[in-house]
Amino acid sequence: MTATETSQIVASRRPMIRRRSAIPGFALTMGVTLTILSLIVLIPLSAVALKASEQTFPEFLQAAFNERALTAYRLSFGAAFIAAIINGVFGVLTAWALIRYQFPFKSLVNGIIDLPFALPTAVAGIALATLYAPNGWIGALFAPAGIKIAYTPLGVVIALTFIGLPFVVRTLEPVMRDLAADVEEAAASLGANRFDTILRVILPALGPAWLTGIALAFARAVGEYGSVIFIAGNMPYKSEIAPLLITIELEQYDYAGAATIAVVMLAVSFLMLFVINAIQAWARRLGQ
Amino acid sequence: MSRMRHPTEDPVWAKVVILTLVGLFLVSVLILPLITVFFEATRKGLPAALEAIQNEDARASIKLTLITAAITVPFNVAFGLCASWAIAKYEFPLKPFLITLIDLPFSVSPVVAGLIYVLVFGAQGWFGPWLLDHDIKIIFAVPGIVLATIFVTFPFVARELIPLMQEQGVDEEEAAVSMGASGLRTFWSVTAPNVRWGLLYGVLLCNARAMGEFGAVSVVSGHIRGLTNTMPLHVEILYNEYDFVGAFAVAALLCLLAIVTLVLKALLELVQPQSRPGRH
Repeated sequence: MTATETSQIVASRRPMIRRRSAIPGFALTMGVTLTILSLIVLIPLSAVALKASEQTFPEFLQAAFNERALTAYRLSFGAAFIAAIINGVFGVLTAWALIRYQFPFKSLVNGIIDLPFALPTAVAGIALATLYAPNGWIGALFAPAGIKIAYTPLGVVIALTFIGLPFVVRTLEPVMRDLAADVEEAAASLGANRFDTILRVILPALGPAWLTGIALAFARAVGEYGSVIFIAGNMPYKSEIAPLLITIELEQYDYAGAATIAVVMLAVSFLMLFVINAIQAWARRLGQ
Repeated sequence: MSRMRHPTEDPVWAKVVILTLVGLFLVSVLILPLITVFFEATRKGLPAALEAIQNEDARASIKLTLITAAITVPFNVAFGLCASWAIAKYEFPLKPFLITLIDLPFSVSPVVAGLIYVLVFGAQGWFGPWLLDHDIKIIFAVPGIVLATIFVTFPFVARELIPLMQEQGVDEEEAAVSMGASGLRTFWSVTAPNVRWGLLYGVLLCNARAMGEFGAVSVVSGHIRGLTNTMPLHVEILYNEYDFVGAFAVAALLCLLAIVTLVLKALLELVQPQSRPGRH
């Protein structure tokens, strides 16, 4: 057995040890990365948990799940869910149109899909509030029917739809592009009509990416603040979102109360992160 | 004479229905809001709008927004380069976990991002009394605004660079090092040319978010006119004072920034098609 073979075996027996690399700089770059990560993200985030744990357990439960907080979660999570579903439906249609159809101004439309990533949320907020107010261009269309959009939970859904719009489109696009045309052709030549092909061949292939997009849109919408507060109306027990409740408690110097709601929201965020990772792992297994 | 429809092509009626639905959706959620901003800004004429972005408070907010971005972007570039080098060029345990931690700020509500710095540096916070004794202001001052902005834009550069550097592998760097190049030299001559477009892409998205951040900055700013008001916060104040022309004029400026960002982003995607779309 040669020396290299021996060292390879030794190396493979110690999988937890960093493979020795010829490239310098590991200690330096890793050290800087971990230090900055701790100072900017991890230590400040732990302050929320520590602040919330200064209360007794019944106090924590009262701060986390009182009537006003519960209505705020219901609005935040409910509106984010509805907005994610709306984006799921229109996102798949938009991605399909962008990949499969030719129409005027296509590249302009393609570029503008990313607007919610680039436009400051406060700008989106005041624009949507003005547009969907009873005297706004769109709000005025619905006002005669007695439907109020801005300053109601409906307005929250509109703002969260705006914020989540690019996620579904952009996660679906690469999968749709890779969708092999020959599979569709095969389905068609075997006698499937177009509707069957879409239902049994195309949609199942898109499933994981579609779910990922919807989950990403939901995760982003749950914590959204800037675009929502202008259109929400912000009435306690009615149109108050959970992040707004945090700022209200901060203004009243109730730091433990603010931290408590933050802990609940962080728990939901981490759960979403876990769900998204699980969907992506499932998608990879399907792809193999 | 009728043309046979290809079996994988949708019937015309389906195309019409889908394109109409998509069109209505995009117009009502994306395009009309954009038009609203410029329409409301110029409702009382262009001079009124120009005046609104040139008065003292507006100028101060523009300056603060530029300062914040000028600190945030280089900081996150430095961090992103360090993190992606450490993650892509070496093997070590718990690597996926480290990547998840770097991505964490994207999963945190902006308001919570502001709150954590209030709990650390605020008057009631961990370092509050010490900072007070030494007359250092972080919360309700510029350092707090910069910190909160760094937090919300933290992953942008790193997440663009990590997959690019991983894809590239380590062979070229190892060759350079074995021929006697120093680590820094290897980075500049071998790694940097391969990742520069991805880096620019990350910088672009990071900058757009840094200039536009609202929730996190709003919590730590204290909204002191002329001192701790960034452009998005200035928009909020004017809007709440019913100065709609002023609010939309500053908003129009931010819209132009967003449009420039989107155009540059589209150009970068042409240069480097494998650049993945930013997810936030």
